[in-house]
Amino acid sequence: MRLLMLFLAGFLASSSWGAQVVTGAGATFPYPLYSKWFAEYGKLNPNVQINYQSIGSGGGIRQLLDKTIDFGASDSPMTDEQLGKASGPIVHIPTAMGAVVLIYNLAGSTNLKLSSDVLADVFLGTIKKWNDPRILALNPGLAQTSDIFVVHRSDGSGTTGIFSDYMAKVSSDWKTKVGSGTALNWPTGLGGKGNEGVTGLVKQTPGSIGYVELIYAESNKLSFFALKNKAGQFVTPTLKSVTAAAAGLKEVPDDLRFSITDSDGAGSYPISGATYILVYKTMPDSAKAASIVSFLKWALKDGQKMAAELLYAPLPSSLVKKVQKKVETIEVKRAG
Amino acid sequence: MPDVNTDLGHLKELAQNKFRSFGKEIHKPDRNFLWFLRIVASAVIACLLSVGLFLLLKAWPALYHTGLRFLYTNTWDPVGDVYGALPVVFGTLLSSFLALILSVPLSLGIALFVSELAPRRLARFVSFTVEMLAAIPSVVYGLWGIFVLAPWLRTVVEPFLGTYFGFLPFFQGPPYGVGMLAASLILAVMITPTISSIAREIFRAVPSNYREAALALGATRWEMIRLSVLSASWSGVLGAVVLGLGRALGETMAVTMVIGNRADISLSLFSPGQSMASVIANEYVEATSDIHLAALAEVGLLLFAVTFLVNSGARLIVLRLKTKGGGR
Repeated sequence: MRLLMLFLAGFLASSSWGAQVVTGAGATFPYPLYSKWFAEYGKLNPNVQINYQSIGSGGGIRQLLDKTIDFGASDSPMTDEQLGKASGPIVHIPTAMGAVVLIYNLAGSTNLKLSSDVLADVFLGTIKKWNDPRILALNPGLAQTSDIFVVHRSDGSGTTGIFSDYMAKVSSDWKTKVGSGTALNWPTGLGGKGNEGVTGLVKQTPGSIGYVELIYAESNKLSFFALKNKAGQFVTPTLKSVTAAAAGLKEVPDDLRFSITDSDGAGSYPISGATYILVYKTMPDSAKAASIVSFLKWALKDGQKMAAELLYAPLPSSLVKKVQKKVETIEVKRAG
Repeated sequence: MPDVNTDLGHLKELAQNKFRSFGKEIHKPDRNFLWFLRIVASAVIACLLSVGLFLLLKAWPALYHTGLRFLYTNTWDPVGDVYGALPVVFGTLLSSFLALILSVPLSLGIALFVSELAPRRLARFVSFTVEMLAAIPSVVYGLWGIFVLAPWLRTVVEPFLGTYFGFLPFFQGPPYGVGMLAASLILAVMITPTISSIAREIFRAVPSNYREAALALGATRWEMIRLSVLSASWSGVLGAVVLGLGRALGETMAVTMVIGNRADISLSLFSPGQSMASVIANEYVEATSDIHLAALAEVGLLLFAVTFLVNSGARLIVLRLKTKGGGR
């Protein structure tokens, strides 16, 4: 009976009766984490209800610029051009981190390694076979002779954004021929829609290589490459090595629009990235602003502890302090 | 058939007399109903126009930015804001027409079997099964394409075609499994129920005395079908094919999942391609630059125009055939 009452109370509180509704939209990558956060935060603050639609980073940025939502979410920081279109200054709040993992389908071969230049040439289509001497130099004894089938995302995606950001940093050929962005003019390979599309193609095509999010690779038990980082170590993608990539950041820019691909520092996985919540510095509704700020503070403190169990890499503590300061700059008029 | 015409004329006269004899009370609801139907009919036209207008408006920046190059260049590069739609137009048209080539004989065969040859029970079972195909959501077709069709193509069909017909430009290159061939096959399966069920109804509508006449003249079954069924239902069958083509041109989800998604023009059916609908589905969600969004809207506009052209072209053919048939 008590349980039922509690349930009812919870139901009433969570329904729109008197609860303040905050809406957000954007990236799909952090959606599982965000929905957990919103649910947990909602339990602590039953008068605030946060609705989030995972419509993709691009859609989140567009809706934020159109002011149809209270906050946006994106896997890559907004560009200067996009910020120029905003009606007011926008604050970037990194919330968690992820990585892009290179998966492969080579029966019987495990613990494979790649360096950045070889990786770039594979995705540029210049290295065409698995028995290329440059691949063999990294993986002595690799007994594969087949063609390399490159698989990439066909849909616009933050995963592609982070991947191409890394490639453009490590390969000048990539930078001039392909560039970086959420959708690319791919020089070679097949496109699969979504992480599941890429995984499906890789699983079925012997000799293929593709890239997916770390969470996706982990939960589907895919085999992936260790990558050579800037410090010269071969690092496998783990939550620890992703957090290390952010900790290795020497200078954090004031607006927090940093990139942690090809990061310095020992043990850092090179294709890592942060995901952001985007809000206007000055919001028209100060009550909502207060709710968002208190949520962000909670997410940076208690929320971070929930990240790892959902396979998101938490922000390193050095960065959390800077982000907390940033949250303080969001304008909140305290009534009374 | 003169009987029918006099019957119709008689009915018309009767109806007119009745209307005249009725009072205004009856007339008014009639007129209201007429107005209601007029509004409903114009709403459809308004919908069509507003979709076209919306696309034109959204596509304007790209139209301005790329101009006519959009139609004949083949680089699609969202990073450099260079957009050429030729590969996606090619992909849509090639996959749809291939699907038609594969599906039309199959569909007409099914329709003829069901309407002319099969015993009633079997006919009912076959048409029910074919119509079930139409009820499968396209995302399920896509999954089937990824997990069943593509591996089969990669391991069996494409190596076979490559070995024995590899001298043709259509069957060259590495067997990916996914690609233009997979997309066309999936589309063929998807449009078969549309074409075959409409064709079946058309064949059934052919009066049975046509058949009897042919048989009485000593025609074999095939001659009977050719002389009385097929020749009488030509234009209707073409209409069914056009409906199927319309579905193939606009199909998004299943095609996106198996076409390989690379904006390339290649004669080989093994190589990956990209269709107009799938490039929009793929890139719209994450597009942020204004020109990119506009270019995607322009692809939509182009798809709109292509379907419109294909449909009206087919109608024209049907019309021509009809008048020819009438003059005979």
